[in-house]
Amino acid sequence: MSMKRIGRLIAAVLIAVLAQGAAPAAAQQPVDLSFYYPVAVGGPVTKIIDSFAADFQKENPGIRVKPIYAGTYQETIVKVLTALKSGEPPQMSVLLSTDMFTLIDEDAVIPFDDIATSVEDKAWLKSFFPAFMLNSQTGGKTWGIPFQRSTIVLYWNKEAFREAGLDPNKPPASWAEQIEYAKKLTKRDASGNVTRWGLKVPSSGFPYWLFQGFTTQNDVLLMNQAGTETYYDKLAVIEALQYWVDLSKVHKVMPPGIIEWGTTPKDFFERQTAMMWTTTGNLTNVKNNASFEFGVAMLPAGKRRGSPTGGGNFHIFKKSTPAQQAASLKFIKWITSPERAAAWGIDTGYVAVRPDAWETGTMKRYVAGFPAAAVARDQLQFAVAELSTHENQRVTKALNDGLQAALTGTKTPEQAMKDSQREAERILRPYRK
Amino acid sequence: MKTRALETAGAWLLGFLWALPLAYAVWTAFHPAAFSTHFVPSAPLTLENFAKAWAAAPFARYFVNTTLLVTMILAAQLVLCTLAAYAFARFSFRGREIAFLLVLVQLMIMPDVLIVENYRTMSRLGILDTLGAIGLPYMASAFGIFLLRQTFKTVPKELDEAARVEGAGALLTLWRVYVPLARPVYVAYALVSVSYHWNNFLWPLIVTNSVNSRPLTVGLQIFSSGDQGVDWSIITAATLMTSGPLLIAFLLFQRQFVQSFMRAGIR
Amino acid sequence: MRGRAPSSNVIGWLLVLPAAVLLVTFTHFPTAATLYHSFFSTAKPSRPAVWVGLDNYRNMVEDPVFWQVLGNNFWYTLATIPLSIVLAMLMAVWVNGKIAGRGLLRLSFFTPTVLPMIAVANIWLFFYTPGYGLLEQITGLFGLPSHNWLGSQSTALPCLIVVTVWKEAGFFMIFYLAALQQISPNLGEAAALMGAGRWYFFRRVTFPLLMPTTLFVLINAVINSFRLVDHIVVMTKGGPDNATSLLLYYIYDVGFKFWDAGYAAALTLVLLIILAAFAMGQFLFLDRRVHYQ
Repeated sequence: MSMKRIGRLIAAVLIAVLAQGAAPAAAQQPVDLSFYYPVAVGGPVTKIIDSFAADFQKENPGIRVKPIYAGTYQETIVKVLTALKSGEPPQMSVLLSTDMFTLIDEDAVIPFDDIATSVEDKAWLKSFFPAFMLNSQTGGKTWGIPFQRSTIVLYWNKEAFREAGLDPNKPPASWAEQIEYAKKLTKRDASGNVTRWGLKVPSSGFPYWLFQGFTTQNDVLLMNQAGTETYYDKLAVIEALQYWVDLSKVHKVMPPGIIEWGTTPKDFFERQTAMMWTTTGNLTNVKNNASFEFGVAMLPAGKRRGSPTGGGNFHIFKKSTPAQQAASLKFIKWITSPERAAAWGIDTGYVAVRPDAWETGTMKRYVAGFPAAAVARDQLQFAVAELSTHENQRVTKALNDGLQAALTGTKTPEQAMKDSQREAERILRPYRK
Repeated sequence: MKTRALETAGAWLLGFLWALPLAYAVWTAFHPAAFSTHFVPSAPLTLENFAKAWAAAPFARYFVNTTLLVTMILAAQLVLCTLAAYAFARFSFRGREIAFLLVLVQLMIMPDVLIVENYRTMSRLGILDTLGAIGLPYMASAFGIFLLRQTFKTVPKELDEAARVEGAGALLTLWRVYVPLARPVYVAYALVSVSYHWNNFLWPLIVTNSVNSRPLTVGLQIFSSGDQGVDWSIITAATLMTSGPLLIAFLLFQRQFVQSFMRAGIR
Repeated sequence: MRGRAPSSNVIGWLLVLPAAVLLVTFTHFPTAATLYHSFFSTAKPSRPAVWVGLDNYRNMVEDPVFWQVLGNNFWYTLATIPLSIVLAMLMAVWVNGKIAGRGLLRLSFFTPTVLPMIAVANIWLFFYTPGYGLLEQITGLFGLPSHNWLGSQSTALPCLIVVTVWKEAGFFMIFYLAALQQISPNLGEAAALMGAGRWYFFRRVTFPLLMPTTLFVLINAVINSFRLVDHIVVMTKGGPDNATSLLLYYIYDVGFKFWDAGYAAALTLVLLIILAAFAMGQFLFLDRRVHYQ
C-alpha cells in the first residue's frame, strides 16, 4: 500500500473514532422523566422511592427522574388521567394493576413489547412471577411491569392463641377452622359486649379485593381475562359472600357493618382483634408496631387456597419522546432488577416481583431470619388476577356497593350480587359488541 | 331564678360539647401515639407529632401556596367588585337592571357546583395546576358586588358632587370618596373571603395536580388518606397545623372577626 | 372645542366589564355549557362525542344510585337546616344575654367555622371510630354496646348531619347576634312593664323581627347543604353502599372518577335546577312574609 493510502486509512479510522465520541456528546441533553406513584402501606415509602431516584440518577447522569407522590391508588389514577386530559401526562407511572384496561381505552400507554425489543429485553419481560403478569397482559401484549405487588395474608396474634388454648404456631388452614378458632378467640365482658374480636376482614374502600380471597377459595372467578364479562351472580360467588356475611351475622366473630381498612392494623396492635386479613404490604408496619408475637399465614382454604394479587405496576405513557421512552424503560429495568426488587420487598413487605430476587443473598438471609416474609410468595401459586375490566371504576363500584349492602344487612347476598351483576352488565354492554 | 341557672348550665353544656372535638384533636396531637386513645392526665407532652407531620409532606410549600392564593383572590375581588359595585350604585347605563340580576345568579349558583364545566374551561385555557386556575372563578364575587353596592348607595350624594366640583373624574371620586367610607365593609368582606378560600377544598382538589399549586386543604387530605394504617397523632398534628393560622388569627382578633361576619350579614 | 366626556353608559359598562367577563366565563357560560353537554355522549379517544338527545337523562332515571343520592340530599338538607338554625338562634340569644362566661361561649360556638371542613372531618372520623373512638369510649362508660357509626347505613348519614350542624350553627349564630343587637332594648323594657313573659316576648316580637336574618341564613344553609361535600370525601367516600353520597359528590365521582362527562353534565343540570327552584321559591314566597322593622 502506498503512503497516501495508509494516510487516508488512518484518517478514516480517526474520524470514525471521533464520530463515535461526538455522538454521545450530542446526546448530552438530559432526559427528564417524572412519574406518579401511590403509597398504600405503612412506612417511610416516599423516602425509599426518593433514594431510588437519587441512586439511579447517580448511575445515569443523562437522565433526571422526578417521583411525585399522589396519594392512594384511587387518587393516583385520577391524577394521572387528569394530567393526561390536560395534555401534560407524566412519562411513567405506578398504577393499580387493574387500571390497565382504562389506560388502554384512554390511549394513554404503550405496550412494553414496542420498545423492549432486544433479545435481552424479551427475556426480562419473562422474568416476573406469572401470577403478577395476569393483570399486566392482554391481547398478547405486556402493558405493565410489576413493581409493588402483594397478596392478602392472614396475620394472627400468637399470645391471643395461647390464651384461648390454641396452638400458637398453627394458624387456621380451612374455612371451618377459621370459624372455630375465631369463636374461641372472641372475648366478651360481663355484660356481653365484645372486648376482642376473633377476626377482622376489612370492607371499606375496596371490599372487592378482600372478597376475591373468599371467591378464589370457593374456586370461582369474577371476570374473564378480556375484561368484558363479570360473573357476580354465580352460585359459588353468592356462597362466598354468604360465608363472609355469616362471620358476623351467624358466628358473631367479626364486628357487624363496614370495617375500615385503614384502622384494621391498629385494631390488631390494640388487641381488638386476634386475627386480621390485610395486605402483605403491611408486614413491615406490623413487625414494627405489634408488641406481641405474631404469625403470618396463607389465607385458609375453602375448596382450595387462594388470594387475589394486588398492588401496582409501572406503565410508560404514549405522549413522551422516544428518548424519554427509552430512558423510562431503563429506569424500570433498573428498579426491578433482582437486588433492588429484593431491597424494596424487605423494606416494605411487598412481594419481590421476580423469582431471582428471592435467590439473592440479602433476601435469603432475610427470609431465614423472618420466615413470614416468604408467605405471600408461597401463596402466589394459588393466586388469581385482581378484578379488572373495561370501565373498571364503575364495574368495581357496582360490586363494592353490593358487598357493602350485604355486609350491612340491607340486602341478602343473593339480591346484592344479582343487582351488582345487572349493573355491571349494563356498563359493559358496549364492550361486548 | 331556677330557670336562669338551668339555662346557664344548658348553655355551658352546649359550649363544652361544641369545644370537644377540637379539644380532642389538641390532646391527640400533643401526646405520643400510645396515648392517642387513652386519656391519662399524666401522659407526657410532645412536639414529635408535629415534627413528623411536617417532614412527611411539603407543608411549607402548601402554606406558601395557600397564602399566595387567598391574597391573590382577595386583591382581585377588591378591585373588581369595587368597580362593578360603583357602576351599579351610581351610574345609569342601558341594561343595568338585567346585568345586576345576572350577577345575583352567582349567589345561588356558585362556581363550586360547576366543577365539571369549569374544569373543562381551565383545561382549554391550559392553566391547570396553577394558582390562577383555583382562583379565577371566584375573583368576580357576586356577594362582594352586592355588599359594596349597598354600601356605596348609602354614601351621601353631596360628597360625590363636591368631588366632581373639584374636577375629579369618576375613578378619582371612587378612590377619594367611596372607598374610604366603605372601609369597615372592606375589612369584613376580607375576613369572610380569606376564611372561605383558606378552607376551600373540592375545587382545588380537582384543579391541582402537584405540589406546585396544591393548597393546605388538599395537601392535608392527601397526607391523611393513606391506605396504610391511620396514625391519628400525626394526622391531628397536621390538621392543627393546617388550620392553625386562621385559628390563631381568630383567637387574637375575635372581636374583629365576629364584627366582620356580623356586618357582612347585615343587609 | 373640548371633547365630550364619555357618557354614563360607557363608563358604567367599562367599570362592570372585568367582573362581567369573569362572571360570564365561570358562571353563566358553564351553566349553558352544562345544558349543552348533557345532550351528548362522553368523548373517548376512539369515539368523539355524539348527539344522544335525552339518553343521559334516561340513564339517570334508571340509575338507582341517582335516586338514592337525591333522597340522601333531601333528608340531609331537611335535617341540617332547621337544626342549625334553631341552635344558632338559641346560641345567639344566650350569648347576647347576661349568661356568665358568654365570651368563652361565643368562642366555643364560633370556632368550628374558621376550621376547614377537611380538618374538622378528620377529627370527627376519629370520634366515630368503632372500638376506641371517643364516642365509643363514652358509650362504653354507660355500658352501651359498641356501634359502627359510620359503617352502618342507618347511622352514617345522621353522623354526617351532626358534623354539618356542628360546623354551621356557630356561623349562623353570628348573623342572629347582629340582628339581636339591632333590636331596640325599649321593646324589651316595654314588654316587661306590661308583664309579658320571656317566651311570649320571643315568640311574638323577637322571632318575627329576626325573620330577615332567618331568610338570609336559610339561603346560606340551603346553598351549603348542596355545596359542601368535603366531609364525605374524608369520612365515608359516599358509602356504605351510597348511603352518604350527596348529589355534588356523585357528580364528582361520575365526572372525575368515571370520566363520564355527558352523564356528569346531566346530573349537574339537575343540581342547578334544584338551586334555581330554591332561589325562585325564596323570592316569591318567603319575601312576602318577612317583616321589616
